[in-house]
Amino acid sequence: MSLTIQEVEHIAKLARLKLTEQEKEKFAKQLSSILDYAKQLDEVDTKNIESANQIIGLQNIARQDEIDLTKIKKEKLLQCAPDVENNFLKVPAIL
Amino acid sequence: MRLNELTIKQAHQGLIKKEFSSTELTQACIKQIKKNDQKTHSFILVTEKEGLEQAKIVDKKIAKNEKIKTLEGIPAGIKDVLCTKGIKTTACSKFLENFIPPYDCTVVKKLKENGLIILGKQNCDEFAMGSSTENSAFGPTFNPWDLERTPGGSSGGSAASVIANESIYSIGTDTGGSVRQPAAFCGIVGLKPTYGRVSRFGIIAYASSLEQAGPITKTVEDAAIVLNAIAGNDKLDSTTSPQNVPDYTVNLNKDIKKIRIGLPQEFFEKQGLDPKIKESIYKAIKIFENCGAKIEKINLPMTQYAIAAYYIIAKAEASTNLSRYDGIRYGQQIKSSTLSDLYFETRTNGFGNEVKRSIMMGTYTLSAGYYDAFYLKATKIRALIKQEYDNAFKKYDAIIAPVSPILPFKIGEKIEDPLAMYLADAFTVPINLAGLPSLTVPCGKIKTENKAKKYIAGNGESLPTAFQIIGKHFDEETILRIGHTYELQTKHR
Repeated sequence: MSLTIQEVEHIAKLARLKLTEQEKEKFAKQLSSILDYAKQLDEVDTKNIESANQIIGLQNIARQDEIDLTKIKKEKLLQCAPDVENNFLKVPAIL
Repeated sequence: MRLNELTIKQAHQGLIKKEFSSTELTQACIKQIKKNDQKTHSFILVTEKEGLEQAKIVDKKIAKNEKIKTLEGIPAGIKDVLCTKGIKTTACSKFLENFIPPYDCTVVKKLKENGLIILGKQNCDEFAMGSSTENSAFGPTFNPWDLERTPGGSSGGSAASVIANESIYSIGTDTGGSVRQPAAFCGIVGLKPTYGRVSRFGIIAYASSLEQAGPITKTVEDAAIVLNAIAGNDKLDSTTSPQNVPDYTVNLNKDIKKIRIGLPQEFFEKQGLDPKIKESIYKAIKIFENCGAKIEKINLPMTQYAIAAYYIIAKAEASTNLSRYDGIRYGQQIKSSTLSDLYFETRTNGFGNEVKRSIMMGTYTLSAGYYDAFYLKATKIRALIKQEYDNAFKKYDAIIAPVSPILPFKIGEKIEDPLAMYLADAFTVPINLAGLPSLTVPCGKIKTENKAKKYIAGNGESLPTAFQIIGKHFDEETILRIGHTYELQTKHR
């Protein structure tokens, strides 16, 4: 199978990545070869096989949703953000 | 022997006998880093000040004749995907170049409770995606046995720094072989614990259903000591098991008589396994036979599908995990006039090649119309792979297999061909898909055709080889015992 440049552009948009023309061509080629390789999975009959999502069999692990303010301070978290004003994260206007 | 060359066990003995102090031990490691790291580039950040402060505290305890834990006062390096409070954690990505976590990941928190001396943060492939450490945004790590070759990856810096005697031990992470393969390439011990044995809280996520943090050490016994400290249930990681954590050092010296070991033919007879690596592993197997282990050939026919299933699942999880990098809450931000542009500009600028390729592939296989054909199919194959191992372990206590089909390759050799790079992971990824524990144990050196031009380990004429011992879920004890037996028999250290 071979990915078209249009498909690569579409995926890049979904992933919020901008690609140069050169990158689009490179990724089309590389991703096609990886996906081609992956197609060999079709050889295996997986009818009636349940997909494995939790490999050690844990189910429905829950805990109290408690916030421990002694462990982490709001200021410390805000310090990680690149743009902050009056204790709020700042983003460009969306309306 | 110089202090930085000691094992954890030896260093601990020296500390409690007051032959040297933790400060001296730490200084010896830092001196070695300063001497060597321009050649190996194992470290992204050296935390000399923090390390020496921690050492001073331990020395005070020793001076007061207080009892210290085995890891207390022992200097270690931490792969730069594990969050360290107040210490820059970058995942070797430009995106997180200036990120200082406000908290410790559970592994580091537990190590600190055990008296960790932190030497610094170690180089790796960006977001742990890679098998050669060439994908680090800060430049590759070089293999100490031949500085023109890769140390493997993604935990390449962690492995190289242990064999270069810069760290007494390291903590790496293994999503598809990232602890075991660099350990093999550098000729040291590396353990990937059972999925759910060690908390992933605070470890920068690549593929959440596959990865585990694990020790990279000079001996199997040291790996058991570190696992004792980091294993266990964590309420902050709901995928950690509530199963009891045994003392992994207790049964190390028990014999391996009648232990049943399977040799999967798909690993040994597969085209592409270097015949010299195969020979080195069969030599090791002879030793196990002489110790009374029962060795049999087995078949794991699903092995051939592991790479395809692994890369679909890992990249799908990566694309979801990395969607959090929006440039707003942490990490870098490229100022833009609209929010949409901010996402595009920030992500495009922050991520490197392999990370972009991973996100693209994962986005594709999870997108409408392809989900069933790729992602769902891969998770079903995963179930079949796990089933095959479950069946094998009804008859066998452990499985021994090669770690890598090839010896350490040259830097630049595979980086432009991602599929070739992925195929070199054929022997490590099935273990992550099945969630099993596996231990890399070095088994000698293989003479190379051409002498290395530059090296800081060995004599430049050979490269390390290794095998892995794969165990049942939560049975790290058995694989550690088998590995320890091998080291005793071969008079390793």
